[in-house]
Amino acid sequence: MEQLNTEPTKTTANAQKPFRMSVLVCAGTGCVSNNSFKVMEALQDEIKKHNLEKEIQIVGTGCNGFCAEGPLLVVQPDEIFYAQLKVKDIPLLVEEHFLKGRPVEKFMYTPPEGEVAIPKMSDIDFFAHQRLIALRNRGLIDPEKIDEYIGRDGYTAIAKALTEMSPAEIVQEIVDSGLRGRGGAGFPSGVKWQLCAKQDSDTKYIVCNADEGDPGAFMDRSIIESDPHSVIEGMLIGAFGMGASEGFIYIRNEYPLALERLHVAIEQAEKYGLLGENILGTNFSFKMNVVRGAGAFVCGEETALIASIEGKLGEPRPRPPYPVESGLWGKPTNINNVETWANVPIIIDRGAKWFASIGTETSKGTKVFSLVGKINNTGLLEVPMGITLRDIIYKIGGGIPNGKKFKAIQSGGPSGGCIPEDQLDLPVDYESLSEAGSMMGSGGMVVMDEDTCMVDVARYFLTFTRDESCGKCAPCREGTWQMHEILTKITEGNGTLNDLAVLEALAEVVKDTSLCGLGQTAPNPVITTLRYFRDEYLAHIEKKECQAHVCRELNTYIIHGDVCKTDGKGCGVCRRECPDKAITGEKGKAHVIDQQLCGKCGVCYDVCNFNAITIE
Amino acid sequence: MSTQTVTGIIEKYNSEPKSLIAILQDIQANQRHLPKDALEEVATSLDIPLSQAYSVATFFKAFSLTPKGEYCISVCMGTACHVKGGKQVLEKLERDLSINAGETTDDLSYSLEEVHCVGCCGLAPVVTVNDDLFSKVKLRGVKRILKKYGEK
Amino acid sequence: MPKLKIEDLQKIKQRVQQTTNLREGKSRAKITVHMGTCGIAAGARDIMDAVMEIIENNNVDDVIITTSGCAGLCSQEPMATVELPGQTPVKYIDLTKAKIAKIFDGHVMNGKIVADFVLGVGSEQTH
Repeated sequence: MEQLNTEPTKTTANAQKPFRMSVLVCAGTGCVSNNSFKVMEALQDEIKKHNLEKEIQIVGTGCNGFCAEGPLLVVQPDEIFYAQLKVKDIPLLVEEHFLKGRPVEKFMYTPPEGEVAIPKMSDIDFFAHQRLIALRNRGLIDPEKIDEYIGRDGYTAIAKALTEMSPAEIVQEIVDSGLRGRGGAGFPSGVKWQLCAKQDSDTKYIVCNADEGDPGAFMDRSIIESDPHSVIEGMLIGAFGMGASEGFIYIRNEYPLALERLHVAIEQAEKYGLLGENILGTNFSFKMNVVRGAGAFVCGEETALIASIEGKLGEPRPRPPYPVESGLWGKPTNINNVETWANVPIIIDRGAKWFASIGTETSKGTKVFSLVGKINNTGLLEVPMGITLRDIIYKIGGGIPNGKKFKAIQSGGPSGGCIPEDQLDLPVDYESLSEAGSMMGSGGMVVMDEDTCMVDVARYFLTFTRDESCGKCAPCREGTWQMHEILTKITEGNGTLNDLAVLEALAEVVKDTSLCGLGQTAPNPVITTLRYFRDEYLAHIEKKECQAHVCRELNTYIIHGDVCKTDGKGCGVCRRECPDKAITGEKGKAHVIDQQLCGKCGVCYDVCNFNAITIE
Repeated sequence: MSTQTVTGIIEKYNSEPKSLIAILQDIQANQRHLPKDALEEVATSLDIPLSQAYSVATFFKAFSLTPKGEYCISVCMGTACHVKGGKQVLEKLERDLSINAGETTDDLSYSLEEVHCVGCCGLAPVVTVNDDLFSKVKLRGVKRILKKYGEK
Repeated sequence: MPKLKIEDLQKIKQRVQQTTNLREGKSRAKITVHMGTCGIAAGARDIMDAVMEIIENNNVDDVIITTSGCAGLCSQEPMATVELPGQTPVKYIDLTKAKIAKIFDGHVMNGKIVADFVLGVGSEQTH
């Protein structure tokens, strides 16, 4: 029988005595649209009427996917499964089953046969620990059909906002929800909205930042690809709340599918009159524009993004004035990230209180992460704030492939840092990650194992920020360049202890004096790797050794003659691939690398099918 | 892509200076680079200094002042691709095409580029050729990719 | 398309639920192919083509074919979900043309889940 996912809600927090019976009501979207809330309310009333509140607890659970038979209800410990319940069925159910202990057969669901051996999605670790709010429609609707979005309660939040709420109430709802910016810094979105709503201006703009530039992150792409209307609806609500009549979605041109689906979604919303003049027959009008980014990481920074929408160079400028006072074309402008906007409709729909009940004290709701790198289950996940990194890596991610040892998890992209094994029990929230020297960032999580060299990782990120620095301010332009030079020197085995001291000093200067967030955070990968993996730097400098064998200048490649001959039969692949012609040998015989000629590119090691080549 | 004239592209955006980047993107997509005369026409039509058009054209990575190859091969250098060997794939392509990253073959068949993450990190390492995406690329698979696009 | 009024949203919702919930018994099954960038890169388009081909070759006209975004588990793409009326949806992973053909024959046409290729039944926890 289908087992419901039993995530206890906050209502059970005060329970002192154990309940004799638990009633699990599915509160997934499917069941909610089948009136599961009303059924739940009716249950509560009926239980109260019979004075059973202290004996029976009611728990709202997540979706079990069996939406077609909703609303669903499971009674524990009896494991009785009721389906397609109606409000009018409740009195009989409570009296017969809960009071008299006689399960009501006519409401019960009998599953089709032959389903026993199949694992349930709610039992699969990758999915079991997730809770989908921003991704609520992923995999369930056709993103190119607006009707399917509406079918899952889409655009009811904007309808509610327009008819039942004042703009001030909307903004207050977002404030109360505790929603914080999902793009990186985690500024409270409601406060930002309040500031914008307060501005006295005839024209205001809102912007969706979909310039997802962090390498190793694809949350925003996935949200737009799987549910573009959630972003559009979020922006509509924001526009009404803040008094804006025009919005821009600034999206990377490297995401062709997302771009296409966004255009389709906007076109369909316009046809339905959900964008344009007099939306849903009200006085509210809103125009949506899509602007394609042209490949500059710095344009994720607010002021650079604004300049780029205006058709200018994507360079940041000093703040204040903040965009909320003087943004696009000098008008008050509110910028939020894709995931932030996607959370808005459901907050309005279900209420701030519900949203604030998920997560931790300071970080409410859920966060979407892309989990990639040296991990078994790569993918996109959405988890409640406060989950530990360990749970993400081992429960959801399924651990490290090939029996390798975990080394670090990198979060926050080029602005973030690497977190080592002994910090894995940190709860994922804005503050904890910052204290560990990393940051929440937009949600990229890259797992690294023993084969990853942390000095090389630091160098990798500095290559990135050096290339992406716009060049406007000297600390970032010159600082990232110099730090990159030093790191390269170290990875090539030419570093000195003095270099390390200079590197540390430079990191502080760049952090403190750069103009915008790109420069201010660029040293983070260096600072955290120095903090947690200093021994690796020292091994490169003092022993000229890269334990992970990544820094190829420090490697010596050796062919084991016996393995090459017996297992590989002298196949000759390495000889043909070697760009330096350093490998000699005949087919059927052992091959040899001439260390004088070897350029240490590592190709032979990568192409050998017989593990005949080792690195020393 | 159908050939649109520079004039046609500019008109599509009503000669608005705020659409400068979008206009240049369309010209780049259409002609695989931004020719000098196109930039001059854009600057005149939008009534902006030529220097402004050039500054935008050289600031953003999407633009090139020299022609790109028919097949633009981009090797993802995102973090996941980096730790999973994207660099080795790039070096293999450099050897096979006898060009460095950022260059185009003399016959204008291929351009080779590094790209900072195409957002397909779950399938690293990733290589894109124009609009096609290749995932979990192995060194041995590079030949096959090139073959598909008629390596000469 | 006419401009919507608020009451229209409810009507569309009911109409959509009737078709997508498979309650009316008009359709034999619904197959959802997950086509985000990852899925497509892993070969989801081939799976979609294969399904269309099977349907055409067998003159099947009571199966709903639809696409959806990423299902989240990139490492096991391409993925598809098969749902029969009155039953929980079943997710299949690591698909190939041959596998989807077996699934079509076994699960869609004969109601027998092809356990070898199954990830799981049911859906994820939303909200």
